[in-house]
Amino acid sequence: MKYTKEHEWLRVEGDLVVVGITEHAATALGDVVFVELPDTGNMVGEGDEICVIESVKAASDILAPLDGEIVAVNEKLSDTPSLVNEDPTGEAWFFKMKVDDLSVLDQFMDEAEYNELIG
Amino acid sequence: MSDLLRLGLHDLHTSLQGKMVPFAGYEMPVQYAAGVMKEHLHTRASAGLFDVSHMGQVLLRPKGSMEALVAAFEAMMPVDVASLPEGRQRYGLFTNEAGGILDDLMFANRGDHFYVVVNAGRKAHDIPHMELHLGAVAEVVAVKDRALLALQGPRAEEVLAGLVPQVAAMRFMDVLSVDTVFGALWISRSGYTGEDGFEISVPDDGAEGLAKALLAHEAVMPIGLGARDSLRLEAGLCLYGHDLDETVSPVEAGLTWAIQKSRRAGGAREGGFPGAERILRELAEGPSRVRVGLRPEGRAPMREGTELFDGADVAGAVTSGGFGPSVEAPIAMGYVPPALSALGTKIEGEVRGKRLPVTVSAMPFHPTNYKR
Repeated sequence: MKYTKEHEWLRVEGDLVVVGITEHAATALGDVVFVELPDTGNMVGEGDEICVIESVKAASDILAPLDGEIVAVNEKLSDTPSLVNEDPTGEAWFFKMKVDDLSVLDQFMDEAEYNELIG
Repeated sequence: MSDLLRLGLHDLHTSLQGKMVPFAGYEMPVQYAAGVMKEHLHTRASAGLFDVSHMGQVLLRPKGSMEALVAAFEAMMPVDVASLPEGRQRYGLFTNEAGGILDDLMFANRGDHFYVVVNAGRKAHDIPHMELHLGAVAEVVAVKDRALLALQGPRAEEVLAGLVPQVAAMRFMDVLSVDTVFGALWISRSGYTGEDGFEISVPDDGAEGLAKALLAHEAVMPIGLGARDSLRLEAGLCLYGHDLDETVSPVEAGLTWAIQKSRRAGGAREGGFPGAERILRELAEGPSRVRVGLRPEGRAPMREGTELFDGADVAGAVTSGGFGPSVEAPIAMGYVPPALSALGTKIEGEVRGKRLPVTVSAMPFHPTNYKR
């Protein structure tokens, strides 16, 4: 698992990258009540705001961590946004991306580095 | 947060894992370990303890007769003060000459004086405002040595009666002063959640003991500002600075129930309050905009500031909005022209550039549970 400074986790699954938010982020957001997902087939650029998470407190964006194509989204989150709090690193993945070259993942933090970030 | 004021119970909040945030000049607990959703639902199902010590507690002590104070107090508000019996509390509104709302408040007749609670964010305004208008007939005493706790929810009576048995006989909006081991408590059967419950003014040196005694009951959980906001929104209650401000009149805000007949056209003490011309005209002819409940379709909350549209035309804006944990759906309130205010009217709200359907809906969104 790799981690971004924006508190997303990235996991390689075959030739795809699965993206979700970390437990730290889910706890900080509070109870999630709404998730807006991107459309599959969208080409996105690194840093694009592609998902919205609304908690009982506020709205937050999820940024695309990489350039690529959205090939799948987790529709379960639309019906059961609370999954983001219950199982942020498992069942509550947000989207799967197809990227040109998986080696771009090397730039991101590993678990130890991420744990140091969130201290 | 060094320039922020600390609550007397600050250490208790942090020991309960309260997440402290700035609010109205204070460090306030926005939530505890359970989180907003659980705190909200617990209050509706059982009992929640809120520290609302940031609010302004004020005593109005007549320099001469109570009658002179009553008359001067009525001259500040479109509200009947004279008919309020001793031992009862009423909702009031300070208005300006333009008929806008300067603040909303609670006031209680305690026989030889009034006890007033004003919003935290407005006390720096309200206290000089009261001194200006009441100073000739009353001492305006800002109470600075007391905390204010709210115990809210269906089990609030059972819990508080375990410490203060007299509260079981109180009805909604009754007030009672009672000596206890925590000091002299000033209790009202009221709150701002839509639930039965009490607000309890307690001397600073008894506040921690009282809070801990209440929290020791298995029914009680500490509740932060986050759930306080979602509870009051579900109850359809206004928040000053959001749903009410100096441009909004009581009629526009749908607070005409707070303007008793005696102060309306043809009443015994008609008018004679700031902004009477506009407020009486709007009572007769209707206002140009009106506060309505809103139910967005789908799950996306429409938060404060969301613009409302009727076709291509801007219809108004959301003044409070979020997710209602008991309603299990997004809820909001906002202002629209009267022509769009009928229940069931479909309009749209713009969320992140997208127009989403929203229906004008009845408030409260969740049934209130007051002990009348």
